[in-house]
Amino acid sequence: MGLEDQAAVKRVAEEHRDVVVLLGTPDAESTQTLAQTVVAGDPSYAGPLAGVPLGLPVFHVFEPEIKTQVAGEVYEAQAALMEMSLETDKILAGLREVREGATP
Amino acid sequence: MDLRGKKVIALGEPDGVPGPAVAECAKSAGADVILTLTACYV
Repeated sequence: MGLEDQAAVKRVAEEHRDVVVLLGTPDAESTQTLAQTVVAGDPSYAGPLAGVPLGLPVFHVFEPEIKTQVAGEVYEAQAALMEMSLETDKILAGLREVREGATP
Repeated sequence: MDLRGKKVIALGEPDGVPGPAVAECAKSAGADVILTLTACYV
């Protein structure tokens, strides 16, 4: 994640309560990197979130528990095509690994 | 996770679901989107 984006995430996470991150990442690697950044801190130790474990709950828009909360026509228009063309199982498996790694 | 009433950071990617599209999904689920980003993963 870019340095400016990290700074923006840090700012809003500190300003608000009940913050949840919702990802639209296209593969397992990017999913894990972004999830780690908002859970445990910047894994590259380069940005404002280096060493800053925000511990935010993180989900992917393709996850069934998220998808079922979105109106069908909205999901169809915004995400369904990408879900069909990407390797959803690998994306969600990557996210699970980060969650399990983040559990104390 | 029930998204209703939650403050959502919509973090999309151009090769996946872009930030604004993630934000639309979050809003549809009743969340309050506080930040929308379309990150380029490097």
